[in-house]
Amino acid sequence: MSSGRGPWRALTTVAAFFGFGLLYVPLLAVAMYSFNTAERGLIWTGFSVRWYIELLADPETSRRAREIREVAVNTLVLGGASTVISTVLGTLLALGMRFPWPSSVSRLLESIVDIPAVAPDITFAAVLVMAFNVLRRVVDHWFEPGMTTMIISHVTFEIAFVTLIVRSRLVAIGPTLSEAAMDLYASPWRHFRRVTLPLLWPAIVGGAMLAFTLSLNDFVISFFTSGPRSVTLPLYVYQSQMRGVRTDLFAISTLLLIGVAASIMILERLTRWRHN
Amino acid sequence: MIQRLRDFFSSSARRITRPPTESEAARNPGCSLVVENVSKSFGKTQILNDVSFTAEAGEFVTLLGPSGCGKTTLLRIIAGLDRSDRGRILLAGRAVDHLPANRRPVNTVFQNYALFPHLSVFENVAFGLRSRSIPDPEVRDRVRSSLSMLKLDDLAERYPHQISGGQKQRVALARAVVNEPEVLLLDEPMSALDAKLRAEVQLDLRRLQRALGKTFVLVTHDQDEAMTVSDRIVLMNKGRIEQQGVTAEVYERPQSRFAAEFFGAANLISAQRVGATLVFTTVGALRVQTTPQWEFGTLAIHPEWIELCENEPPENGVRGVVRESFYRGDHVELIIEPGPLRVQLSPRARLTPGSSVWLALPAERLEVLSD
Repeated sequence: MSSGRGPWRALTTVAAFFGFGLLYVPLLAVAMYSFNTAERGLIWTGFSVRWYIELLADPETSRRAREIREVAVNTLVLGGASTVISTVLGTLLALGMRFPWPSSVSRLLESIVDIPAVAPDITFAAVLVMAFNVLRRVVDHWFEPGMTTMIISHVTFEIAFVTLIVRSRLVAIGPTLSEAAMDLYASPWRHFRRVTLPLLWPAIVGGAMLAFTLSLNDFVISFFTSGPRSVTLPLYVYQSQMRGVRTDLFAISTLLLIGVAASIMILERLTRWRHN
Repeated sequence: MIQRLRDFFSSSARRITRPPTESEAARNPGCSLVVENVSKSFGKTQILNDVSFTAEAGEFVTLLGPSGCGKTTLLRIIAGLDRSDRGRILLAGRAVDHLPANRRPVNTVFQNYALFPHLSVFENVAFGLRSRSIPDPEVRDRVRSSLSMLKLDDLAERYPHQISGGQKQRVALARAVVNEPEVLLLDEPMSALDAKLRAEVQLDLRRLQRALGKTFVLVTHDQDEAMTVSDRIVLMNKGRIEQQGVTAEVYERPQSRFAAEFFGAANLISAQRVGATLVFTTVGALRVQTTPQWEFGTLAIHPEWIELCENEPPENGVRGVVRESFYRGDHVELIIEPGPLRVQLSPRARLTPGSSVWLALPAERLEVLSD
């Protein structure tokens, strides 16, 4: 069917372009309006890069630029920290699930590990808020809403996704290569470092990429767990548009988009290189 | 559960090896592999039931049997990839049951080769040597010589996805033999190759084993393969050893119905004992050499041992009619009533369906089966 001809092929081509259109036209529209000279609204008044320049203006003089810089740093710190922690923990969890558990335990683990990935964000956020409330009564200061609580929250939901990806790769690799390594006198550590880890690497990087993107995108969980000094980009965009959509929000969004696209392309190249 | 945990951690934790006791070494001199009363169950399914066999140094032994007979599990237990519930494994006179796979002097050629996809052919072959921290110059020499022994010199820098199935199989062999293991285990290594290549590889395998003088233990379900390569065959069925012995003996002198049927060729004749060495069968009264232990049982005779006679033979003669005749190039196969008996003759014997013949079933070739 994939090599079909005539009307079928025309139909699939149209559907493909339509799909791409749905995905990319809104993004292109945002990118285009970020170059509008008007401060707000959707009427095209001329081409300008002033909003980009203002974003990068001297933070000493421009309040907006100062806010944006702080918000960007928060977003990257949160994304970076939660990605590193969740990638390590998620990979370990995937490896741990491979332990020769009795089949009943194994089935239970498999069914519960995916729940955080599919649970509604709002439920997850509510649970986290409650958990931090309880923890605050036990240990003061540590669990005040802020960067710490946000990192913990993001790690909590990112682990599930990292585990999902690493585990599926582990299943695809199968047990035979591990057995071959053991058969060739490899100690458990050598076997992990020389066989398991290199083969898992693309999945680990893929999991990390997904975790970082999820953290960058997250609004609901950040909204419930953030403090006054830990506003991230999605939260900032939300707060700003309450006061009306200004064109510089389009500029921020475009930069965010370019950043994510670039990191994905770099990481993809990196994994391909590692694989070969 | 606790046992599983213990097994899991013992692969890294245990370091103590038990020295061989006097009796083990004395009882089995020259044996590189001794399997003693090994049993294994997965849940309620018994996979191996009290299995024992030995392989002498430099011997090519084949574990032969239908799928599900436990032969691969037995191989995995020898390699240390599975653990037995009962019984012992001795390698070079030393009990190894407590040793994890990475500390046993055996190497395995896996069914799907299990080459490391991220390592070159050279590094795949070098893996075992590097695991044992053998110095680099020695690693290079040994890898080069084992690659050249298997005619892989030009492929050293390639990756597994860049070579053919037959080449992968040779890399898997090189990766195992380079370590000079006490025993080389081969788990159906030829099952993925096409028929022509398989025949070549069987001869290569036999030559390699002779050249190295090492003990090879092959697992296969293919009786032709087993007969081509082995010094001895261990025939397995439903987790038990059905028969073991020198290759020709296992083929020519099947002891059980299963053994006779597994090699596919033998005629099975239902019989009733009427005297110490006289039985009454569907093809008439026949004399046998050993006294049957049963009252009703089975005899077996290979088609190539049945003789065609011009007149009634002095003993074990059968008067029959040719029902069908198949020309096979190097021989003619006849189906003869009563029986029906399958008879294999030289292609010169041109017998047409319907002709009457005298057959002789030599007593020394009539096997009295145990069941």
